[in-house]
Amino acid sequence: MVSRRNRRKPTAAGLALVTVVTLSACGGDDATDGGAGGDPEAFTVLTANENATLEAQLTALAENQCKAENEALPMEHQKTAQADTVQKVTLLASQDSLPAHFIAGTAMVRPDGDLGAAGKVVDYEELLTEAGAWDNILPAAASTVEHIYGGMVSLPYQYNLEGIWYNKAIFAEVGLSEPQTFDQLLAAGEELLAAGHQPFAQAGAAGWPLTRIIGMYIFRNVGPDAMEKIRDGEASLTDPEYLAGAEALQQMAESGFFGEGFISLEPDAATAAFLSGRAAMKYDGTWALSNINDEEQNQIGLENVGFMPFPDVEGGAGSVDQWPANAGAAMAANPDTAGPKVTAWLECIAENYGEQALSDAGVLSGFRVNGEVTDIPETTKLVQEKIAEIDETVAWFEALFDAKSNSLASTNVTLLTTGQMTPEQYMTELQASIDAAR
Amino acid sequence: MNRVFGDRKTILILLLPTLAIYVLFKVVPVAWSLGLSFFEGNTLRGFEFVGFDNFTTFFSDGAALQSLRVSVMFAILATIGQVTFGYLLALLYVFVLRKGSAFLRTAVFFPMVLPTVAVALLFRSFVSVGDTQGPVNEIINAAGGESVEFMASTSGTMAVALAMTLWSSMGFYAVLLYTGLLDIPDEVIESGRLDGASGLRLVRHIIIPLSLPILLSSIIFSLNATLKVFDSLLALNNGGPGTSTAPLTLYMYRTAFEYAEYGYGSTIALVLTLLCLVFTLTVFRSSRQRVED
Repeated sequence: MVSRRNRRKPTAAGLALVTVVTLSACGGDDATDGGAGGDPEAFTVLTANENATLEAQLTALAENQCKAENEALPMEHQKTAQADTVQKVTLLASQDSLPAHFIAGTAMVRPDGDLGAAGKVVDYEELLTEAGAWDNILPAAASTVEHIYGGMVSLPYQYNLEGIWYNKAIFAEVGLSEPQTFDQLLAAGEELLAAGHQPFAQAGAAGWPLTRIIGMYIFRNVGPDAMEKIRDGEASLTDPEYLAGAEALQQMAESGFFGEGFISLEPDAATAAFLSGRAAMKYDGTWALSNINDEEQNQIGLENVGFMPFPDVEGGAGSVDQWPANAGAAMAANPDTAGPKVTAWLECIAENYGEQALSDAGVLSGFRVNGEVTDIPETTKLVQEKIAEIDETVAWFEALFDAKSNSLASTNVTLLTTGQMTPEQYMTELQASIDAAR
Repeated sequence: MNRVFGDRKTILILLLPTLAIYVLFKVVPVAWSLGLSFFEGNTLRGFEFVGFDNFTTFFSDGAALQSLRVSVMFAILATIGQVTFGYLLALLYVFVLRKGSAFLRTAVFFPMVLPTVAVALLFRSFVSVGDTQGPVNEIINAAGGESVEFMASTSGTMAVALAMTLWSSMGFYAVLLYTGLLDIPDEVIESGRLDGASGLRLVRHIIIPLSLPILLSSIIFSLNATLKVFDSLLALNNGGPGTSTAPLTLYMYRTAFEYAEYGYGSTIALVLTLLCLVFTLTVFRSSRQRVED
């Protein structure tokens, strides 16, 4: 027995040594410098499975407007599940195998994120300015990208506003006009309930359709820099003016505004509830336009769809003119493969994507539309007009959070809306997670 | 034959390929993961040696401890349910249905072959409320009760998860225990009957003691499987509401792959391994004591 034990010791020690040596070898492979590299063999583009539009529109560009670029450097598509993005991109980056153009996690591409700190993302402003194509990026979109990602490290394939979609027919039936303040919104909700209508269709299963309401209340109450103050440690989510956001959401849920079973409601089902007239309102982004403009899905009629900003909070420092905006998931470029052919591709995308996506899919992007597009649906026009009026935008509740706090905000919101967590508990736990990540 | 297997060189030649594969794909990753738990970072950021920091973090991390509680509670409740119902079914097969049990055995075993995610989605739709109300709430409504939103509460989600686990796996344990019961010699049961033991007394004094080894194996099987529960709780309610039904495996997955903290993720994996080991040893120990008694 003794001799057996003795024999085992060196084996275990050897294994441990091998592990530590290989791990330290791994640890030594640190950040590589950015900067323009040589062209790859193909223009590989990694996109999310969930975003079929982007692949389809890029393929259309490759066949038409960017045919020359595609012949010089053929485009190849790679796909990933959106939920696996961080894992996949981390692995690819650590093996120096990043595609030329790729989807990435929000926190990864920021200057202090894993990719940003390692210099593995291209600064599009620099690249496109040198190529003479920078004026194809709308200033509002550029400002949104810089605000959210801390630099121009993503191309704005979408430019989304968020607000409240409402059913004009139901509003007319109940005698309501667009609520101007949050109190009026609550009153409108009560009237809708009394008239037998469900006020909101919010997909609780996804989490964010509920946390967005907390965030918007806070932006209206505290002002557009509300969440920067949290990031910079100048304010705490447990301060009364922030706490009021969680209280507002809980109040809406407890009043029955979201209907029965909203906790397990999936996004598609929530959209269907609004578009079939089962709910009077829906807080959502303008990405919902593709559903709204689809005659098969939209049973209430295009003419009955209205779009309004999240209302003011009385006495608050924010205003309805500050629309929440985003530019879709981060689409970064790999500096190691950003040679002349890849640059030509990105230049062609910047010049043509705006027109292509709008005319073919009715998608509003952050690229300038270089050409005339006719047959735009009324709702898309409405949103275009709103975008044109905007001077100042805000992000969303979790935009500046680390990955863990982001996830916590979404998962715990169910407990908040069902009263299993008080607003104080919700905000305290979230603030603790933000503090722990600093 | 004896000469061939008596030769150490032959044994070595025969064993080496298997052993090499085993070491490469089992021992190395396990040791690698063990080593990783002393580091912090990921493959992109690089790894930094942090000593026992990840372990101290684990025991002061509220979310990790909550997940640990969920895993242990789920494992204990699911094991009690699976083994009890499995044993009752096995007794039913052997002593009541006898040779006519084949159809029922197959029917009860069948859910075992279904993918867990599909089963979770099925149960989720059973208990759903609102526009797509499921049959469970229809029955509650028909009986005059108000709809219950199972997925909105921890106890509701846990109850559905346990019901789901029982439905899909008790057939497996029933078959496992059935084979154990078949091994009990008929003469022993017969002589027990002649001595006046029948019904519950026969089960308690003859059947259970004689099927104890297979019963203990089932408990160990079940504990190890349910401690590592992942897909069913993820697909059922994403570990919610909140993170109140997120087991340790889900927390480990999120830590490593969503938050890109591979070192801490490995620490959680190690805790889970130790937990399985402790549970298995406890069951073994108690069984040995029983046998000695």
